[in-house]
Amino acid sequence: MEELSFETLIAVFEEVFGTFLFWSLVVVAAVITIGYIYVLIRDRAVSWRKFLLAQLSMPVGAVAAIYFVFWVTKSGFADMGGPIDIIVLLGVGLAGAIGAAILVYTVQSMIAPPEQES
Amino acid sequence: MTDSRDFTASRRGFLGLAAGAGALALAGQGGPARAQVRTSAHIVILGAGAAGTALANRLAERLDGARITIVDGRAEHWYQPGFTLIAAGLQPANYSVSTTDEWLPDGVTLKPEYAAEIDPEAKTVGLAGGERLDYDYLIVAPGITMDWDAIEGFSLDMVGENGIGAVYAGPDYAAKTWAAMDRFTEEGGEAVFFRPATEMKCAGAPLKYTFLTDDYARRKGTRGATNITYAAQSDSLFGVPIVNEKVEMLYDDRGVERRYDHVLKALDPGRKVLTFDTPTGEEEIPFDFTNIIPPMRAPEVVRQSGLSWADRWVDQGWVEVDQHTLRHRRYPEVFAAGDVAGVPKGKTAASVKWQVPVVEEQLVAQIAGDTTDAAYNGYTSCPLITRVGRAMLIEFDYKNHLVPSFPGVIAPLEELWISWLMKEVALKATYNAMLRGKA
Ligand SMILES: Cc1cc2nc3c(=O)[nH]c(=O)nc-3n(C[C@H](O)[C@H](O)[C@H](O)COP(=O)(O)OP(=O)(O)OC[C@H]3O[C@@H](n4cnc5c(N)ncnc54)[C@H](O)[C@@H]3O)c2cc1C
Repeated sequence: MEELSFETLIAVFEEVFGTFLFWSLVVVAAVITIGYIYVLIRDRAVSWRKFLLAQLSMPVGAVAAIYFVFWVTKSGFADMGGPIDIIVLLGVGLAGAIGAAILVYTVQSMIAPPEQES
Repeated sequence: MTDSRDFTASRRGFLGLAAGAGALALAGQGGPARAQVRTSAHIVILGAGAAGTALANRLAERLDGARITIVDGRAEHWYQPGFTLIAAGLQPANYSVSTTDEWLPDGVTLKPEYAAEIDPEAKTVGLAGGERLDYDYLIVAPGITMDWDAIEGFSLDMVGENGIGAVYAGPDYAAKTWAAMDRFTEEGGEAVFFRPATEMKCAGAPLKYTFLTDDYARRKGTRGATNITYAAQSDSLFGVPIVNEKVEMLYDDRGVERRYDHVLKALDPGRKVLTFDTPTGEEEIPFDFTNIIPPMRAPEVVRQSGLSWADRWVDQGWVEVDQHTLRHRRYPEVFAAGDVAGVPKGKTAASVKWQVPVVEEQLVAQIAGDTTDAAYNGYTSCPLITRVGRAMLIEFDYKNHLVPSFPGVIAPLEELWISWLMKEVALKATYNAMLRGKA
């Protein structure tokens, strides 16, 4: 295998999603991440209440990510054939879980800043 | 794949997955990042398929001042690895269809007609419409011609009826083949698969389609009423011994019967029998479903040009190039890339991805009066689908050695979901990136 350049990877992603959708997704991801960092800085602390709810969304995010991938790729649990498949699947679940948690936390913080918390 | 539904919850998950799968499929070189070379040479590329289009993009970027003309009479560009997915009912016919034009960079001239004549002595190419192009360098990349007429009793208008399929014939025929396979697997019967005795593109494709038919019969509960036979053209199912052993094992496991040294001669659509030439004479095998794959040859224009090997593949006419540099052995200003190249392996799009940077380097060095070590090692790859949801990654070189892209991570010759993901999600994206010269 020859070296895999970052440019090549970007080119492949542009083709997977279409150039427009890919960069839109990058922007959305960036906005959510910036939003997350923003609320962390603004509130100067992690709100454990919000964090709890965010944690509750993690299994949902994990399951949704896995089913989404199965749906897109016309496959299912029965197709897992070896360790690498399980690792990839867990990776998908983990990414979905973390994504969901960050999203839920950020949305809560945007809607209900700390002073409004009872 | 460019669907935006359901993205909010699982976007990251999917991106993560695609990152993995995309990376895995990228066993090639990065985009051309080296210095440009100035030249006023006229480069003519025959064929705007996988190899021709990728080279047009790479050379346009790499050369400053060159005149690049690409010749192709087909207005549609076909992503052929998708044909298998279309013929398995997993994608619509238009999944494989784009336009030839949309992939070509500014500054490259497309002649939308077929080449009719190549004169390597005079360094000219005659087009079907009568125009004559002079070239300084010629890249021959017109792919493969299917010799449908070689099969007695068969014509393409039969495809889709009477259990007759032809996955190789094009996106619409692949869709018709799916209709026939779908009907067949509702009821069962005799399925017969085979491959031609000539070299062929993607030699794994007939094997995949056998697996897929088995899978659908199982899913629909008709496997018990179905016999599946694979009639190999030689004494093995696949030219690479270690791969052959594995496919033999899997066919045992799936209950696929084998015949060897069977080469299709004729089809009788009325009686529904296939006639094969065998060492012991002709043999008839009845079928309720089949996938016709004819002998494959270099396009007529190449076979007439004097560029073909004189002593190898004489009935097929592949271009006589050095197997490492892909430069013609008698005409140093001529290169061949893709399926038409007369090299022992390499008739896959994945091979094109490895050949194209070599042709680029060799040609650019030649223009600059330099030399290069860039060499093609015979890399050939084919995700061998073994059922919907699983595939085996098979990568090998001239020496019949396995050359896994991710040794220790993705096991070759294992039926894996990740290998399926590569075929289903990442392969087309990688192919498109390759067309643009970016992979
Ligand atoms: C059913 C099927 C399944 C496949 N599966 C896989 C797979 O899983 N993985 C993989 O890597 N590969 C696969 N392939 C193989 C892959 O598609 C080819 O190897 C690849 O497209 C070769 O590229 P090419 O540029 O040589 O030829 P092509 O892409 O076929 O392009 C040739 C071009 O030349 C043009 N042309 C023809 N004659 C002339 C002429 N006289 N003048 C000018 N232009 C001309 C044609 O119109 C065409 O556009 C598959 C192929 C098929 C058919």
